Amino acid sequence: MPKVVIEKLFKIFGDHPEKALKYLEEGKSKEEILTKTKQAIGINNVSFSVDEGETFVVMGLSGSGKSTLIRCLNRLIEPTGGKVFIDGEDITTMDKNALREIRRKKLGMVFQRFALFPHRTVLENAAYGLEIQEFDTAEREKKAQEALELVGLKGWENNMPDQLSGGMQQRVGLARALASNPDILLMDEAFSALDPLIRKEMQDELLDLQKKMNKTIIFITHDLDEALKIGDRIALMKDGEVVQIGTPEEILTNPANEYVEKFVEDVDRSKVLTASDVMKAPLPLLMLKDGPRVALRRMKENGLSSIFVVDKEGTLKGVVLAEEALAAAEKGEKTLDSILLTAVPRVSNDTPVTDLLPTIAESKLPLAVLDEDNKLKGIIIRGSVLAGLAGQMGKGGTADV
Amino acid sequence: MSDIFKPVTDIMQTKIPIGSWVEGFIFFLRDNLETFFDNLTEGIDTVIDGMVDLLLFIPSPLLILAFAGLAWFLSGRRIALFTLLGLSLIFNLGLWGATMETLSLVTVATSISFLFGMPLGILTARNKMANNIITPLLDFMQTMPAFVYLIPAIMLLDIGVVSATFATVIFSMPPTIRLTSLGIRQVPEELIEAAEAFGSTPRQKLFKVQLPMAMPTIMAGINQSIMLALSMVVIAAMIGAGGLGGLVLRAISRLKVGMGFESGLGVVILAIILDRITQSLGKRNKKNT
Repeated sequence: MPKVVIEKLFKIFGDHPEKALKYLEEGKSKEEILTKTKQAIGINNVSFSVDEGETFVVMGLSGSGKSTLIRCLNRLIEPTGGKVFIDGEDITTMDKNALREIRRKKLGMVFQRFALFPHRTVLENAAYGLEIQEFDTAEREKKAQEALELVGLKGWENNMPDQLSGGMQQRVGLARALASNPDILLMDEAFSALDPLIRKEMQDELLDLQKKMNKTIIFITHDLDEALKIGDRIALMKDGEVVQIGTPEEILTNPANEYVEKFVEDVDRSKVLTASDVMKAPLPLLMLKDGPRVALRRMKENGLSSIFVVDKEGTLKGVVLAEEALAAAEKGEKTLDSILLTAVPRVSNDTPVTDLLPTIAESKLPLAVLDEDNKLKGIIIRGSVLAGLAGQMGKGGTADV
Repeated sequence: MSDIFKPVTDIMQTKIPIGSWVEGFIFFLRDNLETFFDNLTEGIDTVIDGMVDLLLFIPSPLLILAFAGLAWFLSGRRIALFTLLGLSLIFNLGLWGATMETLSLVTVATSISFLFGMPLGILTARNKMANNIITPLLDFMQTMPAFVYLIPAIMLLDIGVVSATFATVIFSMPPTIRLTSLGIRQVPEELIEAAEAFGSTPRQKLFKVQLPMAMPTIMAGINQSIMLALSMVVIAAMIGAGGLGGLVLRAISRLKVGMGFESGLGVVILAIILDRITQSLGKRNKKNT
């Protein structure tokens, strides 16, 4: 049985939606209706259903109505017409109390700009949904704690949200949505405000979590790559209408119309991989003040033969090799000065991958990826370039069929 | 020609009896709610007198130290030092009793402002209609010359500290209402959405999200109310509030410039102490958020 069913959903912003509805039936365009009636079309006759355990991605450019759509699912925005069924119950006709119960028990929401409560600790944020359901303190803290552990935030419970990085804040947002164990997660551009590396990481983790949890996820994004990566099915929206619904494969191979085709093409063209797409997080790192023994231990812990050295600001200072660190440590040296190699192969983060190939072929060290300020953003090893290229070929291949 | 306009000028010259309406209304209140106002007078009188008695009962050096300690705890060393020296100077000038009277009046008036102002502020933030009614009323309260409040206050509550409190409350309440309302309306839309998406009732949304987040702004409003209340002390003294205002008033009528300056200085010291302490209360709140 489908978990969420949307039937002929309309949302019209303005005082006289009935006028706009009439014009819509006559097939007038969004712009025409706006100039004639001053009514803005948010959602235009959208129907689809989402199965239990499915990750359903709604994607479109800004202004396509995707954020309005997701808000109609929990009635943060009241739909003008149509029905929304959750587990077979029509929520559009529910009274306030019944709706509140659905929001509390069945729907968890994650927001683009995190929307954490700044006056509450991480734990209190995660426990919010349970707190308003009046669970006693011990129980809600236990559940919130579990949710925080699930998203990898153990040990951060008593911090305030503004002490956390963007990625970690969104983990709190995710934990808050998961804490009351809802069946359905509504994710409104949940990763769009994050840095590319962190975004990738969060996508991977969501996929991982989803394997364990098997929630029904409705995920809004404007990023086709993200949609292709995490969606079981994708709905493409334009001007408040759904243009195509299908699996990622179907969208890429069989674009329903010119709009979708262009979308897919655009993404492929922009899909020239750069250094920042294939780099890995530069961890672990050494600080300038560290000595050879610290260097050795950290390399051993992580199974590395070399390690990058940065100063306090994150500016790259050089690299240390394992065998030299060993020699220095045996000589009893306390600093890295004598063994620090400053001639590190380096590239900037927007270098195309194809230009990296000669450099990486010659070098036995990983490449350092730097930004304009010479800050170390990531490292590239041979394997990751190949993997990146293989991914691109694979995607290009399907698109060409 | 002038005949044509005669009916118009006749009508325009017929005075609209706003004054008698207001008088009628106040007389109506006085005649019909006499017991209510009597009880109110007695109640507020008891509270203020009790507070003055308490403050004067504690040995003043001890109280000065206590205030300085409170200032230290809430706003740090500098304000604590200022409180210590300022209050000692007030004691030295022989203004201690008058200062404690003024402090009691201001405290009670501000508490009443807060008690009524905060719910009204919440109401205006949440209800457009209430906002449309209350906002012009606040403009009226703030721009009507404060002396005007003294007349009905005397009629309803008799001369004395209670009618002075009444006039002070009317004059000092608007900032608390306005800034409570502003603070609540300033909470980012996304946080309101988050609160609703998880199924908060309106009351939960108010107490768990809106009010805590509005707290620094509300504190700024209370700070403003206290300052306005202090600025009323001389006017309030005209209807029997006593305290530092009473001393200033006496100095005016006897043209004693030295005495006037000393009592005025007392008001200034009290104002600075109260201002800094309530300001840092707001900041503390911000830090916690």
